[in-house]
Amino acid sequence: MTDRSTKSAKVAASLRRRHAAERRFRLYGMGAVAFALACLGLLFFTVVSKGYTAFQQTYVKLPIYFDAGDIDPKNSGDPKVWAKANYQGMAKKSLRGLFPDVKKRRDKRALYKLASSGAAYELRAIVRENPDLVGTTTDVWVTADDDVDMFIKGYIRGDVAENERRISNKEMAWIEALVADGRLEKRFNTTFFSAGDSREPELAGVWGAAAGSFFTLLVTLALAFPIGVAAAIYLEEFAPKNKLTQVIEININNLAAVPSIVFGLLGLAVFLNFIGMPRSAPLVGGVVLALMTLPTIIIAGRAAIKSVPPSIREAALGLGASRSQVVFHHVLPLAMPGVLTGTIIGMAQALGETAPLLMIGMVAFIVDIPGGFTDPATVLPVQIYLWADSPERAFVERTSAAIMVLLGFLIMMNLTAVWLRKKFERRW
Amino acid sequence: MMTAETKTTNEAHMDEDGGLTDDTVVSMNLPHLTFRTRNVEVFYGETQALFGIDLDIFRNQVTALIGPSGCGKSTYLRCLNRMNDTIDGCCVTGIIELDGDDVYDKALDPVHLRARVGMVFQKANPFPKSIYDNTAYGPRLHGLADSKADLDDVVEGSLTKAGLWDEVKDRLDAPGTGLSGGQQQRLCIARAIAVEPDVILMDEPCSALDPIATARIEELMDELRENYTIVIVTHSMQQAARVSQRTAFFHLGNLVESGDTEQIFTKPSDQRTQDYITGRFG
Repeated sequence: MTDRSTKSAKVAASLRRRHAAERRFRLYGMGAVAFALACLGLLFFTVVSKGYTAFQQTYVKLPIYFDAGDIDPKNSGDPKVWAKANYQGMAKKSLRGLFPDVKKRRDKRALYKLASSGAAYELRAIVRENPDLVGTTTDVWVTADDDVDMFIKGYIRGDVAENERRISNKEMAWIEALVADGRLEKRFNTTFFSAGDSREPELAGVWGAAAGSFFTLLVTLALAFPIGVAAAIYLEEFAPKNKLTQVIEININNLAAVPSIVFGLLGLAVFLNFIGMPRSAPLVGGVVLALMTLPTIIIAGRAAIKSVPPSIREAALGLGASRSQVVFHHVLPLAMPGVLTGTIIGMAQALGETAPLLMIGMVAFIVDIPGGFTDPATVLPVQIYLWADSPERAFVERTSAAIMVLLGFLIMMNLTAVWLRKKFERRW
Repeated sequence: MMTAETKTTNEAHMDEDGGLTDDTVVSMNLPHLTFRTRNVEVFYGETQALFGIDLDIFRNQVTALIGPSGCGKSTYLRCLNRMNDTIDGCCVTGIIELDGDDVYDKALDPVHLRARVGMVFQKANPFPKSIYDNTAYGPRLHGLADSKADLDDVVEGSLTKAGLWDEVKDRLDAPGTGLSGGQQQRLCIARAIAVEPDVILMDEPCSALDPIATARIEELMDELRENYTIVIVTHSMQQAARVSQRTAFFHLGNLVESGDTEQIFTKPSDQRTQDYITGRFG
């Protein structure tokens, strides 16, 4: 009896210890999750708080006189002649008209800089779309210079010494006059979503990089998905299990861990120097990223195929299905959610990849929006890198905004993965 | 491949076939031989799983393979439709003939063989598709139905034969995996007979079912025997006694004895069989 009571006491004592250990372990887990969430929250907070202002841009309303004598002096009606007219001059004339007191050359130059150098293109576009405006004076909203934009957004402060800020006292006075006149206001920044890169922050946009990313990922997907799935199916369903396939398996796993810049060097050596493919092209970038993504897709695909219950294979084989019929009728459809999840994770990785693309020239300053697979292009993460490297204050908020766009795409891809998994999921 | 010897035996059987009217006289009259296996040995890599099995399986009979776990009865069953081919390192030697054709002939496509020898597994394994698609899978695979109406007939016929039609006729589009365990197993039987095989192999088809569902399947086996040859692996001696006409007792990879079920269960000639059926081991 004493034995029993001591035993029960021992169990009770150890129980307390076990419960305490369990509570501790749970706390660790909750702490880890909370820490991860806090880091994520901090990341989002810094990015969004720095970047949200980039979605607005300061515009200035200028009364522009579309002088028929300037635009089409010989009255030819030729659009080419119209396109060559001095629209920047019209903007300057308008600014002079708004501030007639400015007489000195130097002051005038400063005054002209209130409007962006891109104003000329905006005015040209307006004339091209509304030829009736020629000969009239119309109020037109044109993009303001990035320094004006920064001042309006409060990033350039008026309360520091004049020689320490990029806006002089005179310019401040002009800006305040324009604001008082209702001629200067922040509006939604369409340029940011429709333009390519530019040296002028107010004219720079992510669309060029987004298009580059799109073409690059299209190539990556077209190569990596079929090859990866085919390799996974072959290795899992058909290949004999011997030394050779073991070596292949180890190598695929190793390949997944190879630093991505190595793939860039491979692309440079093989695709650019040996085969002679075009530099900076989404085609080459896509091929390089496909090589990088392949191991991920193969590993995820094999895991998904392995998780299909063998009873399904036996059922189909027992009915007289051939091995490829078993794979394509049953195994692959059932493995699809896992395969797609792996593919999208691989693609998301590829979307965020910079290093291998530096090697094949996709780090260039490219203003034009790429229209195809061989046009020079850059991609979103490289664009972020380039802007983060630029000295202008206005590029800081654009960097954060571009990060938001990139994160937006990543979240969209992950949601697609979740949706696809739900859609293809079958119970058994 | 036909050896001269089998040819003569088969012809002899054919002659008698016409005179067969009553199942009860089957064992006396030597019915049509479906499977003839001689000296079958199976190796999994280095391990030998079966030792020189000589066993005949006759048409329109239920042959039960009994024996303790790991005795090789499932291995033997899976030789009959070459399901062992899918296992790496599995090697089968000896003679296995289906109606005189060598089952392991290189020229014989296992796909063709499995269209003639269907299989029902231990755990009901319907495809995660509708009841209709489950049943129609085999006929579609082999192109047995010429039209949609034809296929509908095959599906209805198979489900009826499997005793499932009345329970599922209103929900053929429902997933097969949503049925109860016993219904799922009958769906698997329907799926197997939709291909119209000559032989149905059943690997412990009732081991995961409750007694009522088991009784349904056993009844079904008795009905199916009229049109098909059935080979069943079972752990339940009562089941073997109830459903089979012939029984083969396996022990440690050897065929200890085979013969009419009645004789095996009443007057076994081997002491090990006696011990097993009386529950002394296994």
